[in-house]
Amino acid sequence: MMINSATRRDLALGVIVVLLLASVTAAFPQFARPGNLAEILDDSAILILLALGQMLVILTRGIDLSIAANLALSGMLVALLNKNYPGAGVAPILLIALVSGTLLGAINGLLVWRLKLPPIVVTLGTMSVYRGLIYLSSGGTWVNDNQMSPQFLGFVRYEVLGLTLLSWLAIVAIAGFAMMMRYTVLGRNLYTAGGNPAAATYTGIDPGRMQFFAYMICGAIAGLCGYLWVARFAVAYTDIALGFELQVIAACLIGGVAIAGGIGTVAGVVLGCLFIGVIRNALPLIGISPFWQMGINGLVIVVAAVLSARRREDKRAILEAQAA
Amino acid sequence: MLRRAMLTGAASLVAVVLAGCGERPQPSGDVEADNKLRIGIVAKSLGNGFFDAVHKGADEAAATLDAEIIFTGPTTPTAEGQIETLNALIAQRVDAIAISANDPDALVPTLKRAMQRGIKVISFDSAVAKEGRVVHLAPSSDVLIGQTVLDLAAELVPDGKGKMAVVSATPTSTNQNAWLVQMQQYMPKYPCLEYVSVVYGDDVADKSYRETVALIKQYPDLAVIVSLSSVGIVAAAKAVEDQGLTGKVKVTGLGLPSELAGYVRKGVVPKFAIWNPIDLGYATTQVAVQLARGTQPEDQEISIGRVGAVKFDGNGIGAMARPFIYDQSNVEQFAAIF
Repeated sequence: MMINSATRRDLALGVIVVLLLASVTAAFPQFARPGNLAEILDDSAILILLALGQMLVILTRGIDLSIAANLALSGMLVALLNKNYPGAGVAPILLIALVSGTLLGAINGLLVWRLKLPPIVVTLGTMSVYRGLIYLSSGGTWVNDNQMSPQFLGFVRYEVLGLTLLSWLAIVAIAGFAMMMRYTVLGRNLYTAGGNPAAATYTGIDPGRMQFFAYMICGAIAGLCGYLWVARFAVAYTDIALGFELQVIAACLIGGVAIAGGIGTVAGVVLGCLFIGVIRNALPLIGISPFWQMGINGLVIVVAAVLSARRREDKRAILEAQAA
Repeated sequence: MLRRAMLTGAASLVAVVLAGCGERPQPSGDVEADNKLRIGIVAKSLGNGFFDAVHKGADEAAATLDAEIIFTGPTTPTAEGQIETLNALIAQRVDAIAISANDPDALVPTLKRAMQRGIKVISFDSAVAKEGRVVHLAPSSDVLIGQTVLDLAAELVPDGKGKMAVVSATPTSTNQNAWLVQMQQYMPKYPCLEYVSVVYGDDVADKSYRETVALIKQYPDLAVIVSLSSVGIVAAAKAVEDQGLTGKVKVTGLGLPSELAGYVRKGVVPKFAIWNPIDLGYATTQVAVQLARGTQPEDQEISIGRVGAVKFDGNGIGAMARPFIYDQSNVEQFAAIF
C-alpha cells in the first residue's frame, strides 16, 4: 500500500520534471539535445549521490547538516595529498576520500546513537568543526588547478558511452541504493527504524544502530563526493560547497522523503535531484533574474513540503497505521 | 548567515588555540638609536605570501629613502593580534606605522594612542576608519579597475570586436557592482565590444561554473568572459576549458597569480589583472616616510617613486595605481608569492 502511494507520487514528480524539460525546450530548443542532457546529469551527479546518503539519514529520523562540510574536508584532504604526492594515482585518493568521509560520518552516528543527542544539534556542531578542520589542514590556502595531477582531474571527466565517469558513478549508486532499500535486510530495517522506532525495537532492530549505519554510509558518500567535487571544479578551499547541505536536503524533500522519517524512495530522491538540476541549469539559460531564481527554488521546496504534508494525512508507513 | 557565524566562531576558536601554541612574532628591527627613520609595517598575518611581497617592496623603497622597515604582524589574521603587535611598535617608538587592518574599527583606539605619541599612521590594502589613520593608500580605485579590465577584454578580442559577458559575485556585492558601473561608463571607448550579459556566481565555485556554461550556450559566439571575483574567474576558466573552448572564449578579470598560473599557461586566461603587492609595499613606504618627514597629505600629490604619484581626497583616501597586468611572462614569478 505504501509502495503504491509512493509510486504514484514518484510518477507525478517524473511527469513534472518532463513537463519542465519540455517547457524549457520550447523556449530554448537546444536544451533537450542529448549532449546538454548529459551535462545536466553530470552537473546533478554529485547532488544525486549526496541526496541518496542524506535520504538514509532522514529515513531514520535524523538529518545530516554536516554533509557539505564533510565533503569539503575530505575533498581538501585528497587535494592536499594529490598536491604533495602527484604520482600516487587515483586509487589511493578514492580510498582516502571514502575512509575520511566514513570516519566523519561515524562521529555523527556515534554521537546520535550512543549519547542520544538530537541529530540537528550534533550535525550543526560537527558542520562547524569540520569546516574549522579544513582551515587547519590547509592553512586557509587554496589548492588550484595547476597543483592537481592530470589523472586526479581526468578521472571524473573520463567518458564512457557518452557519459562521464561521474555520471556513471551516480547511475551505479542509484541502482545500488534501489537494490539495497528494496531487497536487503539493512534497507528494510532502515525504513522500519525510522517509520516506527518503538515497533522496530520490539522486532529486535536497534533504531540507534540503524541511525549509526545511516550516518556512516552518508559520510562515506560525502567523502567520495569530496574528491569528485574538487576534481570537477578543479579547486579546493575552505568554503567549497558552503551551504550545499541545504540543496541536498531540499532535493530529498522535493523527492518526497518525509522529514519525520520512515518514508522515501530512491526514485523520488533521484527525480528531486533532477528537478533541481533542470531548474538550476535552465533558469540562467532563459536569463531569469538571480533574485527570481532564488524565489523559484524556495517556492518549489515549500510546494513539495505542502504535498508531503497532505500525503501524510492519507497514509503513513504500514507499521504506524496498524499501531494506531 | 547563522552558519557563517558559527563557522567564523569555530575558525576563530581554532585560531585562538593556534595563537596560544604559536610563537609570538618578534619585531625584527634594530632597536639601537640612529637617525634612520623606522617604519613599522603591520601585515594582516605573518606567513601570508601577499604580505611577504609587500615586505619586499617596502625594503626596496626603504633602501633608497634611508629608512628601516620593521615588518611584523600577528600569527593569525585577527584584530586582537594586531593590537598586540601595534603596542610593541609603539613601545619601540617607530616613526611611522603602516597597517593592513583586520578590522576597520577595533584598531582605532590603539592607533589613536600611537598618533598621540607622534607616530604617523597610515593604512594600506585594507583600510582603518578615518579617525585611526592619517591617510589610506588603496591599491587601486573602482575607476582604474573598471578601465583596466575593460582594456584587457578589448585587447583579447580579435580586432576589438565581439561579445563580452561578466561573471559577477552576488547581485548585491558593493565593490563588484561599483566596478561593473565603471566598466560600463568606459564602454564607449570600445564601440565594437558588445556587452551582452552579467550573471551572478555568488562567489561559489559550482554556481559560477554553471552560470558560465549557461552563458556559453546562450551566446555561442561569445568572445570574452570577464570575472572580477577570484572564485568566479577560476570557475569560469574551468568551465571554458571543460567546454573545449580554450582560446575561442577568452577569460579575464581580477584574480590571483597562484590560482590562475595554470590557466595562463594553457591559454584559457591569457592575461588578467590584480594589484602588485611589491608595488603596494613600495608605495606604502614612500608615503609613510614622507609623512614622517613632515609632508602634509592635503591638497597635493605625493610622489611614490617609480610607481607614480598619489593624491589623497577629503577622506584621506588615495589610490596607488592601475592594477598590474599578469601574463605568460610574469605569472609564474608572482604565483610563488601570492
